[in-house]
Amino acid sequence: MYPLFVTGIAQLVFPAKANGSLILKDTKLIGSVLIGQQFDSAIYFSSRPSAISYNPLPSGASNSGPTNLKLKTAFYDRKSDFIRVNLLDSLTEIPAEMLFASASGLDPHITPRAALLQVERIAAARGLSSVQKDMVNKEIKKLTEKPQFSIFGEERINVLNLNIVLDKISATDHLQN
Amino acid sequence: MTTLDYIQIIVFFSVLTGLTPILGNFMYKVFTGQKHFMLPVLGWLEKLTYRFSGINTLKESDWKSYTFSLLLFNFSGFVFLFLIQLFQSYLPLNPANLPDVSWHSAFNTAVSFMTNTNWQGYAGETTLSYFVQMIGLTVQNFVSASTGLAVILALIRGLSNKSSEKLGNFWVDLTRSTLYVLLPLSILLSVTLAGQGVVQNFKTYDTVQTLEGTEQILPMGPAASQIAVKQLGTNGGGFFNANSSHPFENPTPFSNFLEMLAILLIPAAFTFTYGKMVGSVKQGWTIFTAMLIMLLAGLSISLYAEYQANPIFGNHALMEGKETRFGITNSVLWATSTTAASNGSVNAMHDSLSPVSGMIAMINIMLGEIIFGGVGAGMYGMIIFVILTVFIAGLMVGRTPEYLGKKIQAFEVQMAIIAVLLPNLVILVFSAWASVTHQGLSSLNDTGPHGLSEILYAYSSAAGNNGSAFAGLNANTVFYNLTLGIGMLIGRFGVIIPVLAIAGSLGKKMITPTSSGTFRTDNWLFIGLLISVILIVGGLTYFPALSLGPVVEHILMNQNITF
Repeated sequence: MYPLFVTGIAQLVFPAKANGSLILKDTKLIGSVLIGQQFDSAIYFSSRPSAISYNPLPSGASNSGPTNLKLKTAFYDRKSDFIRVNLLDSLTEIPAEMLFASASGLDPHITPRAALLQVERIAAARGLSSVQKDMVNKEIKKLTEKPQFSIFGEERINVLNLNIVLDKISATDHLQN
Repeated sequence: MTTLDYIQIIVFFSVLTGLTPILGNFMYKVFTGQKHFMLPVLGWLEKLTYRFSGINTLKESDWKSYTFSLLLFNFSGFVFLFLIQLFQSYLPLNPANLPDVSWHSAFNTAVSFMTNTNWQGYAGETTLSYFVQMIGLTVQNFVSASTGLAVILALIRGLSNKSSEKLGNFWVDLTRSTLYVLLPLSILLSVTLAGQGVVQNFKTYDTVQTLEGTEQILPMGPAASQIAVKQLGTNGGGFFNANSSHPFENPTPFSNFLEMLAILLIPAAFTFTYGKMVGSVKQGWTIFTAMLIMLLAGLSISLYAEYQANPIFGNHALMEGKETRFGITNSVLWATSTTAASNGSVNAMHDSLSPVSGMIAMINIMLGEIIFGGVGAGMYGMIIFVILTVFIAGLMVGRTPEYLGKKIQAFEVQMAIIAVLLPNLVILVFSAWASVTHQGLSSLNDTGPHGLSEILYAYSSAAGNNGSAFAGLNANTVFYNLTLGIGMLIGRFGVIIPVLAIAGSLGKKMITPTSSGTFRTDNWLFIGLLISVILIVGGLTYFPALSLGPVVEHILMNQNITF
């Protein structure tokens, strides 16, 4: 009885959230705000590494211990990849979440710094104008979520939301040009 | 660590301490049968339950029949849960068409949820139907926690009875714990969590087309209702495989705060209830303080270790197995709370914690989960140590040991020692067995000293009825499902039965009035003694095993050695 009762209230008061915070685009489901997606292409902001490649059935992590050789190899591979793909200086400090896999394998967030480091590469891949690039940088600022109620959690940015906005920026300016 | 990290920790412990007397007082009223504000709302349901199941509420039982009722109830819960897993494909509410569960996994899960362990041998979204999750797991989440409360209530009656064998009525204690404490809190928490984004529905899994054009299947289900009670009842078995790190189980930092608070809420508040029921609020606060000191000590060491650089990865923050929205502080705070209490839910992967943080989690469990501990279970585990402390202190000053006016004699001490030693035995013997056999070693994810840590953690978690894991270990094998299942049974009932025996024996004794010669059990001296006894008796047992696991790993890690 109890789960039914709770479902009733939740569906009544928070229907969107209780159903998985889904995002619709032209009547097609493109994802959930809460669930991260894999972005391999150079034209999108990358998500964090995931032990399950963002396939939620089932969710999970690498569970590698702190002295695991496989983890060490993966870590240094990710580091050199991130530097190479984003054309960064080899001494640039890379945010840790881009080098380590998340707990759920579905982490939807990265830090704003990790997003900023990817802007140049995306602008080059999409052929964005400097105006558009500024817009992207502004969107990163706008979409950055501060700690909740200024107390709880960490500063972060939702990769899927950012990429949806990125598509819009590319599209609208394309029409204006 | 930043200022914000410290603020989050301070807010957490302030809210916990603030809620302790409020909820504690409410539970006192519920368990002593006084008027309280939930009575007009749910009182009819309590009466209906008794009428429906033919319970005579006035009949009180001695310790043997109380234990018998408890075992009978738990056994029937086990059989039911075992069977519905074996036949879930024939049962309704299985939109993902999941097949029947294997017999050994079903055995493990049934034992695990009956004993309030909630070890996740299964991956929820690909193993169990909504029906099993709801009718099976959610129900056991409630009643296994209530069982813990029933045991501590019987023990309290034993401590405060004046020469009487009667320890109360198991069925009444069970019903009241479930109806008035767990149910209202769970409803409140689950609706709030749904507001943060935790899913609560009966839909089939949604298929979406991602931005890059691949297909992603999103599992759904009535998660919020189960998560609320899994946290409040110190259960810990997740709706999804990734437990409370899954964004559908724990979407925001605020949901994280509430879920973390829910882990410790009832166990902390019960110290106050205990004080009121034995007639001295100060006795309750003494135990609360001892628990809080140990929790904060563990937390400090763990935070310090996790913020230290691991030379293998340069100066980078250790984010392996952690979520961006929680960061390191919230992950460590959760890890410490969930192992101190017998919850076992996780928001970060313990397997990937630094060796010392992983060891603190393990020590929290190995001490018997008495640092707040499980609902009910933490408190009766703590009373076991209180009895040992009173006994040892009594020997030192050469006086008959007494606690709350009751003489502590050979029988009580024997029972207390059994309750402390049985779980220890399970952990060390089974770990040793797994470490030298092929069945044990073939499941490891990590080699080197971390492999031993994985095994040691698994059996500690089972015997302590915690349920968290160094999840790299593939425990869904016949060997691990069975040995861990047996470990959970011994860890649960190997403590409950001696505790109820102590309750029965203490109840028959007279209460000696306090005099100037009475050994005080409500001051700082006693807190110090209690903590020392816990660390010496509980901790030293594991020192050799821990040195071969996390301690060696820590040293090797600092020399940049990998496996």
